[in-house]
Amino acid sequence: MEPVANPWFSWSYVERNWGDITTAVSQHTTLTIQAMVIAFAIALPLAVLAHGRPRVATAVLGATGALYTIPSLALFAILAPFTGIGRTTVLIGLVAYALLILVRNIVVGLEGVDPDVRDAARGLGYGRARMLLTVELPNALPAVIAGLRVATVSTVALVTIGVVVGFGGLGQLMFRGFNSSYRAEILTATVLTVAIAVVADLLILALGRLMTPWTRTGRAA
Amino acid sequence: MNDSVIEQAFRWLNDPLNWTGRNGILERTGEHLGMSALAVLLAAAVALPVGIWLGHRRKGTGVVVVVANASRALPTFALLLIFASTTIGFGNRPTVLAVAIFAIPPILTNACAGLLGVDADVRDAARGMGMSGRRSLLLVEIPLALPLIAAGMRTAVVQVIATVTLAGLVGGGGLGPLIVTGLGTRRFGEVLAGGLLVAVLCLVAEVLMAGVQRLATPAPMRSIVVRT
Repeated sequence: MEPVANPWFSWSYVERNWGDITTAVSQHTTLTIQAMVIAFAIALPLAVLAHGRPRVATAVLGATGALYTIPSLALFAILAPFTGIGRTTVLIGLVAYALLILVRNIVVGLEGVDPDVRDAARGLGYGRARMLLTVELPNALPAVIAGLRVATVSTVALVTIGVVVGFGGLGQLMFRGFNSSYRAEILTATVLTVAIAVVADLLILALGRLMTPWTRTGRAA
Repeated sequence: MNDSVIEQAFRWLNDPLNWTGRNGILERTGEHLGMSALAVLLAAAVALPVGIWLGHRRKGTGVVVVVANASRALPTFALLLIFASTTIGFGNRPTVLAVAIFAIPPILTNACAGLLGVDADVRDAARGMGMSGRRSLLLVEIPLALPLIAAGMRTAVVQVIATVTLAGLVGGGGLGPLIVTGLGTRRFGEVLAGGLLVAVLCLVAEVLMAGVQRLATPAPMRSIVVRT
């Protein structure tokens, strides 16, 4: 018997499964965006709290670090009995992993602010809150943006593991393709996942450049 | 219901029959660690020489950054399924290979950074004492780079032990199948128990490797804490 053709690339696969592919892509991107927004909303206050308080910083970084050590599959497994099989479980897992990267980068960014700049602001009569909002955070932006980029790219890759609870975005297509030995489905989903990661990375990079115009005029921040 | 899941998990963990014997927790843990060791060895065999050479030659930082970034964008799960769909076959083999490939970037970047971080004056001094390039590399540069090399190995080991769990999705062994089959059969006690076992294994590995990293650091350098 002639072996059935099973190519890695197949445009007809893409045409015939357009609906499934767009559903998976939109699930993948919305999960990523939601996870990043929530993670950032938690990470920013945590980092501000840890900033300048070494003991709090050690505690926060230690806790998020331990969370980060737990494998994603195991975390989803630990969460699933409580948060159910589905979207919430994946979302909580994604937030947990993005948290460490974000907190660490924001703390590093805040600690890295030039002491002279801080002194100058204090000399101008800036209080704690105003110093944080108008001097320290803007100066920490490059590190914050770098953290956002790493966290977002890792999150896009991590969504695929959500397949164990049925919410893996493009991971669903990969796994379905694997289970039915359909190579084109696996590779198309893989290429799309990498594409989402690259596009997200470039978008945040561009956003960062827009928000930090001073870094382009010679002086490195 | 939540309480009962926790109870189920502990009842399952408390049953000695689940620990010993064929496919018991002990056997599975052994298999899990064996696969992890193989993957780390494979990755280190490739990444250490290349990273040390690139760092010693003071070049290739661009390549290293690209490798590190690209590996972050490609999901391990995707590469695993691609391998499992080729002649490599199902099970442990594609898992070890895929996991080993993702262990290369941390080892490579840290080895390279460690050697790049060796003070140029120190290298000059080694040369001035009449050391050849190779002797300087072996006796001066590598020992000075050891803390970072060990940090890379630590990251890789913990990451590998964590990711080998994915074998459960492609018919492989180790602790992963406990979670995957438990989810499939809706026995959540087993799922929770499996998740806890893997999590504990990773945390223990992290602590042990932190100790190894400390031992690998030449005594005079121990005050400098290196973390990645």
